Formats: sequence, structure tokens, C-alpha cells
Amino acid sequence: MITFDDVVKVYPGGGTAVDHVSLEVPTGKTTVFVGPSGCGKTTSLRMINRMISPTSGRVLIDGEDVAGQDEALLRRGIGYVIQHAGLFPHRTVLDNVATVPVLLGKTRREARAAALGLLERVGLAPEFAQRYPAQLSGGQQQRVGVARALAADPPIMLMDEPFSAVDPVVREGLHREFLRLQKDLGKTIAMVTHDIDEAIKLGDLVVIFRQGGIVAQIGTPQELLSDPADEFVAEFVGRDRGLRSLSFDTAAELPVKPVPAELVVDEAGRPLGWRTGADDVRPTGGTFTSADTLRLVADLAILSPVGIAVRVDADGKADGITPHHDLADYLAARRG
Amino acid sequence: MITYLSNNSETVLAALRQHIWLALLPVLLGFAIALPIGYLGVRFPRFYHPLVNVAGVLYSIPSLALFVFLPVVLGTKILSPINIVVALTIYTVALLARTVADGLRSVDRLITESATAMGYRRFRRLIDVELPVALPVILAGLRVATVANISLVSVGALIGVGGLGQLFTRGFQLFYLEPILVGVILSVLLAGVADLAIVLIQRAVTPWTRFQGGRA
Ligand SMILES: Nc1ncnc2c1ncn2[C@@H]1O[C@H](COP(=O)(O)OP(=O)(O)OP(=O)(O)O)[C@@H](O)[C@H]1O
Ligand SMILES: [Mg+2]
Repeated sequence: MITFDDVVKVYPGGGTAVDHVSLEVPTGKTTVFVGPSGCGKTTSLRMINRMISPTSGRVLIDGEDVAGQDEALLRRGIGYVIQHAGLFPHRTVLDNVATVPVLLGKTRREARAAALGLLERVGLAPEFAQRYPAQLSGGQQQRVGVARALAADPPIMLMDEPFSAVDPVVREGLHREFLRLQKDLGKTIAMVTHDIDEAIKLGDLVVIFRQGGIVAQIGTPQELLSDPADEFVAEFVGRDRGLRSLSFDTAAELPVKPVPAELVVDEAGRPLGWRTGADDVRPTGGTFTSADTLRLVADLAILSPVGIAVRVDADGKADGITPHHDLADYLAARRG
Repeated sequence: MITYLSNNSETVLAALRQHIWLALLPVLLGFAIALPIGYLGVRFPRFYHPLVNVAGVLYSIPSLALFVFLPVVLGTKILSPINIVVALTIYTVALLARTVADGLRSVDRLITESATAMGYRRFRRLIDVELPVALPVILAGLRVATVANISLVSVGALIGVGGLGQLFTRGFQLFYLEPILVGVILSVLLAGVADLAIVLIQRAVTPWTRFQGGRA
């Protein structure tokens, strides 16, 4: 567990970057620091591995003040991932990943062997091993950055906007892999982002900072969406937080109606579109499976030309429909 | 020219050999001295501007003046090759200290910070990360210093030492074109070969730079 105990950071010549922050980053969970630009997220993160020292207050790891620990040794036990990855341009992907194990005294050969396994873990094919960072896309670099931070198997990972330099599609993929990895590894993660959606998606716990380095609210994503502490938090989590809270449930228990004749399907039963007139077939706008979120179902119902979301099975065959009023009834019943 | 070469091969070869070590020894010495000085200019930013200014002044001293002036300071004989070596070492330091400082300063802060965050201590970070990343800039400076030294050695002939430059002076004294031609061609060739050698070394030790086209 990482503990911030009444931490203050005042930069010389600058204002107060972090203002009397006390919080806990629980072991084995992902805690996301989120807030507008300049609110002290990076500063807070860097006080954990002593890249920055607090003006007053203490940061403790498992009860031990980091200020009393050897900087370099402390940092070798904490993975660190930053935006744009910060890879070493003069080292191959494999040697980048092997960095910390080598610092810890492993031979280069041992470290490289372990690094190869890690590349696979973060979804990079072995043929990337001998490339240089300049030969990778932004998303691939970010994966190498994650592999490098994981290489010495540190119990703690610090991640500063690790996914913000890539396009939305790549980010989506990285998110999925992050969640999969974290499920396996159970690291204690402190992550910074300015994207509340990312915080809600990835965080077990979310810390919302406001301007001036003040903590506005700490809670689970669901708590923040359903019960914002004040106007600032409500505004920050967004006006569509009702819709967003649907992201936490799947459509597994959502009732569906049988597929009607108006839904045009191909020979394999895959939906092609809705018949809205004699010669008029309009696209469905997408489909969901029972593993998708209720948010997607709501989105589909809104987009659909007839206000109906189409469910498909694993083979893509249409196996049920949910009109938007059925969804509304289901949500109302669930609340009641 | 062929006949000149075959009749004077001993003299020409000796001049070439002397030219090579008079030019290259200062490069090595100068590089060794410039590394720590350049590093100090980065480690303590206050030293950077004084360093650049002093280096600029040293570099602008005319070489002939330095060749003549040094024996007075060093107490060496005016014909001693040490004068040339010391003078060229001074130029090399002046050029490379700044290059080393600029090379180290050009290393992206993102890279040094992530090295620090991974648990590098200062010295190892310098050796393992900052110097290798700065190497393309430093080697470019080394090329300039080497080629400059090779041409400056010839100036030393005016005070009686100077490798291939001696061939020019002899040619002028005897109103004889051949030695001048041979001297010029050989020193140009030597500069070209040295330049090429450094380029090849650079390719070998900084293979990653080939892929950086289009990226900062
Ligand atoms: N080295 C520094 N010297 C002076 N002021 C600084 C320094 N670093 C940060 N600050 C200031 O401290 C405040 C907090 O900065 P910090 O980098 O922690 O913000 P952040 O929340 O990470 O912002 P962003 O989302 O833009 O990355 C800002 O107002 C910033 O200008
Ligand atoms: Mg930041």
C-alpha cells in the first residue's frame, strides 16, 4: 500500500502544486489520479519514487517513508511508464526491456531471455525484439514501455498518461490488454490521466484532483458517477454520467424478444438491416452480444433507424432484439 | 610525379607518417580532455556559457601564432613537434568540449528522466545512456576536429615541423612543383580517409541512427 500523509509540494517560484493530500493506493489495485491540466497529478506520482520530494508531509510504501530509502534502489523496485514511453533510442527493444534486471545485477543473457517472454506478454511478436524504438509505431513503443517497467517484476507500477499519445483505436486495444494483464499480475498501480473515461474504465479507485493540487473526491468509479461529492466532480465526470454508469454492467441478464420478420438476415442468419419499406432496407448500425455492456446496447438502440438493438450469438447470427423502451423498463426495474 | 615519388619514397613516407601522428595524437588527447570538461558544462549549467566563450576564443587564435608562442610558454625548442601536438590538442579541446556539452544537452529529457526513474545512478546513466545517445553529435565533432587537425599540421611546416607540409616548403624553396603536388594530394587523401574511417565507425557504433529519419 502507498500512503500519502498530508503531502504538500510547493515549487520554488511556482504556486502550490499539491496541497495537503492524504490518500491511500491499495495493494494489488489500480488507482487512477485524474483532473484538469496542472492540478498536480504528475507531481503526486513522482513523489512516490522520489523523482520529486515533498515540501512537507510523507509518502510511505507499506508503512515505510520513501524519504529514508536509497533513491536508486527504491526506483528499481517500482515500474515507471510515461507518455511516449521514453525508450532508449540506442538500445534494441529487447535491451530496453532488459534494462532494470541488468541494473539489478542479472547477466545480459538472462535478462534478455526474460525480456523475450515479456514482449509476448504485452502482445508484441518476437520479431520486434531486435528492432530499435524508432522502428516502432507509437502503440508498439508504449507496449515496450510497459514491458520494460514490468521486467524486474516490481510490486508497484507508476504510469503517467501511458495511453494518451496513441489514437483512440490503438488506445482501446491497449486498455483491453492493460486490464487483462492487471487481472493476471495484480500489481499496485498508480496511474495518471486527464481522461475521466479512461480513469473510470481502468481504475478500481479514482482520485479526482482539482486546480491547486487539492483532492476533490476519492471513490470507486461507480461511486463517483452515482454520487459526486460536489458540483466540480459532477461537472468533471460529465453530464452523461447516467449513460456512462451503464458501462459497469453487461447485457447478460437483459431480456430479448424474438427476431421479427422486419430484420433482414443472410443465409447464415447474420443481420443485414431493417426493412422500413418495400425496397427500403436500412443498416442496423451494429449489434451486441450478451458479454457487451448495457451502454453499448443503449447506444445501439439510439442509433438504430427503428430504435431497436440487435443481439447476435458467437457466430454473428441474430438471436434476439431489445427495443429502447424494453431497455428503459429493464433499467427502471433494476433500480427499483 | 611518379618519378619524384619513386626517387623520394623514403622522405614522402616519413612525412606522411609524421603527419598522421601529429594530427591524430592531438585528437585522442583532446577528446580525452574534452569529455570531462564538456560534461561539467552540462552538469553545472552555470559553466556552459563560460565554456562556450573560452572555447570560441581559443579556437580563434591563429595557428601559426600558437606554434610560435607555445615554445615560450612550454620551454620547448621551437622545432619540437610537441609544440604542434599541444597546439592542436588545444584546438581539439576547444572544439570538442563544446560538442560534448551540446551533445549531452541534446539528449531528450524524457530519456534521462526515464533512466533515472528506472534506478540509474548519475555516473552509470552518463556512461550507459547519455553518452551513447549523444554519440552521433560527438562523432560529428570528432570528424571536424580530425579533418581540421590534418590540414593544420601542414602549417607547422612554416616553423620547420609539419609532416606533408614539409614537402610544400621544399617545393617552394626549389621552385619545384612535384613535391607540392604530392604533399597536397596526400594530405587531401589523408583527410578523406580519416573522415571516411570515422563515418564507418559511426555507422558501426550507432546503428540505431539509420532508422531515425523523419523523427526528432
Ligand atoms: N519543476 C517545476 N517548477 C515549477 N513549477 C512546476 C514544476 N513542475 C510542475 N510545476 C507546476 O506545478 C503544477 C502541477 O504540475 P503537474 O505536472 O503535477 O500537473 P499535472 O496534473 O500532471 O498536469 P498535466 O495534466 O498537464 O500533466 C503546475 O501548475 C505546474 O506548472
Ligand atoms: Mg502530468
